[in-house]
Amino acid sequence: MDASALPNPAPTAVDRSLLIRNLCKEYRAGRPVLKGVSLAVAGRGVTAIIGPSGTGKSTLVRCINRLVDPTAGEILFRGQDLARLTGRNLRAARRRIGMIFQEYNLVERLSVIENVLCGRLGYVAAWRAWLRKFPDEDIERAFQLLDAVGLGELATQRADRLSGGQRQRVGIARALMQEPDLVLADEPTSSLDPKTSVEIMELIARRAGERDIPVIVNMHNVELARRFADRIVGMRKGEIVFDGSPQALTQAHLLRIYGGEGWLE
Amino acid sequence: MSAANGSAGAEPRRWRRFTPAERAMRAAFYLAVLIAIAWSLRSIEIIPEFLYDAPQQTVDLFVRMWPIDWAWYPKVVHAALVETLHTATLGTVLAIAMASPIALMVARNITHSVLLNAIGRFVLVATRSVNAMIWALFFVAVFGPGALAGTMAIAVHSIGFTGKFLSEAIEEAMPGPIEALTATGASPLAVLLKGYWPQVKPAFLSIALFRWDINVRESAVLGLVGGGGLGMALETALANLYWDQAGLVLLVIFAVVMVTEIATAWIRSRII
Amino acid sequence: MIASPARRAAFPPNWRARIALIALALYVVYACGVLDVTWARFVAGFAHGAHFIARMIPPSVAQDKLELLYGGMIESLQIAIIATVVGVLISLPLGLAAARNLSPLPVAWTARTAIALFRAFHPVIVAILFVKAVGFGALAGMLALIVASLGFLSKLVAEAVEDMSMNQVEAVRATGAPFLSLVIMGVLPQVMSRFIGFSAYQLDSNLRNSALVGLVGGGGIGATMFTAFQRFEYDFVLTIALSVIAVVMAGEIVSGWMRRLFQ
Repeated sequence: MDASALPNPAPTAVDRSLLIRNLCKEYRAGRPVLKGVSLAVAGRGVTAIIGPSGTGKSTLVRCINRLVDPTAGEILFRGQDLARLTGRNLRAARRRIGMIFQEYNLVERLSVIENVLCGRLGYVAAWRAWLRKFPDEDIERAFQLLDAVGLGELATQRADRLSGGQRQRVGIARALMQEPDLVLADEPTSSLDPKTSVEIMELIARRAGERDIPVIVNMHNVELARRFADRIVGMRKGEIVFDGSPQALTQAHLLRIYGGEGWLE
Repeated sequence: MSAANGSAGAEPRRWRRFTPAERAMRAAFYLAVLIAIAWSLRSIEIIPEFLYDAPQQTVDLFVRMWPIDWAWYPKVVHAALVETLHTATLGTVLAIAMASPIALMVARNITHSVLLNAIGRFVLVATRSVNAMIWALFFVAVFGPGALAGTMAIAVHSIGFTGKFLSEAIEEAMPGPIEALTATGASPLAVLLKGYWPQVKPAFLSIALFRWDINVRESAVLGLVGGGGLGMALETALANLYWDQAGLVLLVIFAVVMVTEIATAWIRSRII
Repeated sequence: MIASPARRAAFPPNWRARIALIALALYVVYACGVLDVTWARFVAGFAHGAHFIARMIPPSVAQDKLELLYGGMIESLQIAIIATVVGVLISLPLGLAAARNLSPLPVAWTARTAIALFRAFHPVIVAILFVKAVGFGALAGMLALIVASLGFLSKLVAEAVEDMSMNQVEAVRATGAPFLSLVIMGVLPQVMSRFIGFSAYQLDSNLRNSALVGLVGGGGIGATMFTAFQRFEYDFVLTIALSVIAVVMAGEIVSGWMRRLFQ
């Protein structure tokens, strides 16, 4: 599992930065989960969002690809305001954004390779999905991605036979299959044991880095964030309270983000 | 499923969802279905005049049904409704009483004799393959027209389904508690009552409710062939071409089916 | 010796269950009264029935009867085949439309209402209405069974879709897949296995019901059977009944193949 044959290395000329302006989200009126969040994410590297549960990190990430609809604000990416898109335009934008989920969210009854090929659904016609006649290049690339995440031998296994770590690798391959300009990860390691968590974070960071794809990860493990992120954003109660490099993240900052005493010892 | 691995850089790797054998069998199945459809359609006579007439006939139907002859309800329909409900309920109770021993006979973890299993299975298949209405024809010939024939028809027809589902529930019982009870030297009856019954009980009630719901529907039409209840009222109305009375019966059937569904859903949520 | 405390009953009598059982027994007695189900009638019936069965056996195999049987059974089979195929094909989109977690609410409620209407009436009653609309014959029977199939299958599909994991669908949605592809790769894999089971059951149900619709003019063996009863040709009745059972059993075998092939 190493960075040999890179399928379609991404050209570096594309601007993949993301700008969030005054993003607000209320699930229930009068109780905002996101309170006017503004954030500029660079077009490369791993940005980790940390913070206590319920603080809106997951909501923030899901607003970007509109799995959650923001109540107000702008999300500017590649010349479009993602918050305003609908219909075909939204789908077109989504196919350029890959997502990795906490519960892996693979289609259990499909095989590993079919799950990876789901990444191409935004690009191919429905009849191809029905007959499973994807173009040969897509199939070859799917195999290459599976090799790159270390699952080359399991392509025809049914997804529900895999372990948690293996499933998340498939999730990564699926996201990369979209040839995205941005990868979102919503607590990708929260359901995994510590060792597998490190492996998965490393895989995400490395494979996305090779392709020059920025990653926005939402996680609750501060050590992992420190280790793999190029930038850390700390949230508390729907607002950003820290934004800087991992080295700049001090105990004081952590206390401010998470509140409480004694848990840092 | 098959996948052929090639070395990176050589010819692209291929993936097919189904093996050639699977594909062949699936193609054969689809072909068979297509032939079956083509054969069926060719032989069915569709008289174009009737088809063109259909919308007009449908409108005519509804016009004739309105206004509904409400006065007929207290005279005939109410009694018929009560008869239908009793037929359905009594029929279901009888069916369960008759199906339980057969279910025990069919369940492979209770009866080990393959012959008895097969006999029981045949009884179940035979009783459910013959519709309640056809059983009604038979029982009307035996008992004369009326609710007795209808109840027996419902009862016998339901044996098939109830017995099948009951036997499946029994076969799904966990062997652990059974073993434990047998090991204490309990009599077979005790094992049945205390070992199997608690495990089967939820499924039993669910099946009973489910079957009762369906039997209400079935009972309503048995009267068309002489089985009593709303069906007979409908038959009378249709024979005389009194569509406004027929409309009333249809409305009552609809209402009773709805109420039964709601009632079963409610009972299900409370008890199961 | 230690004096044992007052014993508690190990298995206290379950009063609710006992009362329910007693109520049930009382009801049975009451209902029998209302329906005029008396032991006397029963006994008389059995005697009559035994006489009956004697007249049924052996089943008739007369040449002209077999021709009638063949014609009627073929028509019933054709009705059942078309009703099942059309029912299966339409029930999938209809069931998907009726799923509240997949379709917009107005669409879902319209579909649900349609399905409830289809299920409300027994296929025989629907057949009566279709006979009025399109005339006597197999077409009416087919349409009636299509309606029955749609009512049954679509409801089960809608329930299966409402039970499915939305997480899997969300992930496919996040790839930018259009709705049809979303259904194909995210929804169908989750419900297809159950759907095939339901379809197999519907084939069985339609084979049985196709023998019925003829009773009211919808074509098939039903009319033949009714006539046989009225003419007291009970041995022919037995032949027909055995044929129906045989066809249903054959249908189960075909269903078994279908299940193994597709599930």
